[in-house]
Amino acid sequence: MPKRTVWLNILFQVAAVLLALGFTTLVLVMAGAPPLVAYQRIIYGSLSTFSRFTDVLVSWIPLMLTISGLLITFSAGLWNIGIEGQVTVGAVFTTLVIRLLMDTAVPDSLVIALSILAGVVGGALWALLAGALKTFGGVNEIFGGLGLNFVATALTIWLIFGPWKRPGVASMAGTEPFPAEFSLPLFPDLRLSPWSLAFGILAIVIVYFLLRGTHFGLKLKAIGRNMRAAFLLGIPTWQHMMLAFLLCGAFAGLAGALQVTAIYHRLIPSISSGYGFLGLLVGMLINYQAIWAAPVALFFAALNVGSIQLPLVLKLDSSFSGVLQGVLVLFVLMTEGLRQRLLGRGGLRLGRKNQGEK
Amino acid sequence: MDTSTLIVSLAGVLAWAAPILFAVLGETITERAGVINLSLNGTILLSAMGGFAMAVDTGSLLLGFLTGMAIGALVALVVALSSITLHQSQVAVGFVLALLCRDLSYFLGNPYMGLPGPRLSTWSIPLLSEIPYLGPLFFDQDLVTYTSFALIFIIWLFVYKTRPGLALRGIGERPAAAFVRGANVKRLRYLYTVIGGAIIGLAGPAYSLSIKAGWKGTISGLDGIGWIALAITIFGGWNPLRAAFGAYLFSFLQWLGLALQTRLPNIPSQVLQVAPFPLMILTLLLVNIGNAEWVDRILASLPEGMRRVVARFLRALQASPPASLGVPFESE
Repeated sequence: MPKRTVWLNILFQVAAVLLALGFTTLVLVMAGAPPLVAYQRIIYGSLSTFSRFTDVLVSWIPLMLTISGLLITFSAGLWNIGIEGQVTVGAVFTTLVIRLLMDTAVPDSLVIALSILAGVVGGALWALLAGALKTFGGVNEIFGGLGLNFVATALTIWLIFGPWKRPGVASMAGTEPFPAEFSLPLFPDLRLSPWSLAFGILAIVIVYFLLRGTHFGLKLKAIGRNMRAAFLLGIPTWQHMMLAFLLCGAFAGLAGALQVTAIYHRLIPSISSGYGFLGLLVGMLINYQAIWAAPVALFFAALNVGSIQLPLVLKLDSSFSGVLQGVLVLFVLMTEGLRQRLLGRGGLRLGRKNQGEK
Repeated sequence: MDTSTLIVSLAGVLAWAAPILFAVLGETITERAGVINLSLNGTILLSAMGGFAMAVDTGSLLLGFLTGMAIGALVALVVALSSITLHQSQVAVGFVLALLCRDLSYFLGNPYMGLPGPRLSTWSIPLLSEIPYLGPLFFDQDLVTYTSFALIFIIWLFVYKTRPGLALRGIGERPAAAFVRGANVKRLRYLYTVIGGAIIGLAGPAYSLSIKAGWKGTISGLDGIGWIALAITIFGGWNPLRAAFGAYLFSFLQWLGLALQTRLPNIPSQVLQVAPFPLMILTLLLVNIGNAEWVDRILASLPEGMRRVVARFLRALQASPPASLGVPFESE
């Protein structure tokens, strides 16, 4: 790509970030809050101490797992909005296995391993359901997935208030916490588990090479670009799409399993914590390029952790991080459209041969 | 349950369906023009909060509803601008807006949490409300519900019986043909997306100023309605009458869930409240399954009489989207 186009691209991206910051500043002013103090609190809340930074990593891990999964479905041209439900069902399966095995002679570490495996299976099964609805029922994955998200939430709430309710009174606080020996080991004095961190890093590395260096990845991309052409070229399209759902669900289920074994140590109603939808946002922001997933997810995780300070210090709602993240993605999408309109796709004005680059 | 309680309950079902109807009818118009506005869930929350805040600040219900419509139109304008002019994915932009507007409503609505606010009162229509059974059912409602009744027929008439309605269907089905016949496809798509958005924006104040008066942030219980409305739009086969049937059916099922709660104390109320969602998937499955190839194969293997019955049943449920839904249009 010629140097001038590169600089122009960067210019447009910087403009998008500035516009997003301008919009959120306006929102802060409307809410009657001092904008600079608010931004300062977010940075302070996420980066000021080492333990706060590790909290950002705690939030980064599930986000990394959902993005890793979503990169696979995105490659196949699928909008896996059902990922929230897949995280939730993963957590439910993990809780189920711990409950079944915790009073047996099975060694504690094996219980944890089996429960995480069950979470992976649970997420994959829930994703396959969305895939089957699409492949065999003609139900668009967006609507099938959304419906399944609600069903997953209903299932969780039913379990918490019904069969798995706490002795005494059931509440939105979740099921009875598991004894400490059924949680993943943490770094001393931190909330971060080395195991989770390893899973998060491993996930994105695997997906990066899967999509970049394997035949399977190539076929998925072919399906995503042009399903009809891929089919005519002899790629078994629906089987690959189901496999993409399965893999994405497995990563989502792992995220749910870690939410139970490393963070909450029980099942709570909002166990997925919105990481699935946030993963979709990050995916759009990085234009589905795996290489950018880790840094952008870290930034989003930092916003999540930092904005917890807002209700404490400024009496603002912590949903501000969601506003900032959403506005950022929206403006990046819109300036990208503007750039293509002004400069042509991939710099058409600078010569046609650049067209295929993006 | 005696008759009068039943009538009151059913009248409640009609009122509860009003906001869903606004959302579904607005989305039907938008999608008829070939544009998907996926932001419904956020739009409804933001217009509910915005309408309520405006009504609290000014004391005017009318301004509250207008604010809701303006918010809906504005969000739809962003969808139209991003997709029609800037060629970005409608699904992506709509999804971002759905999340963004939701968080925006929670953030900006914080100071209005739990404040007392004005509420639309019931306005019985003289004479008509005296009719036995039908009177209390249809003519003892508030203005929002009457508007929802009227809109169903106005939009149906517009889409199927008028010349601009024909053009609307044209730009959603065969934009190239409509363009050749002189329709300005892009401008019309902008127009109907924004009009559709304004109607969707009525849904929010219909909750916060009428049937679920007030603003309670995350526990307002409105999160999720927008996604349901999108599903009902498909169930409605992009036909206002069928869409209305879907909205009433959903509202009825929700009421049934609440009514059954007293009979089934073992099932937590949260579960019965989400019971319509799996049913919605099921109906979507039924609406779409007639399009699947393997269904045809199974049908062919059934005995003659049975095949005809099953095929007729599936055909009746089947719905196909406007042919150019979500497809960008370029005149060159």
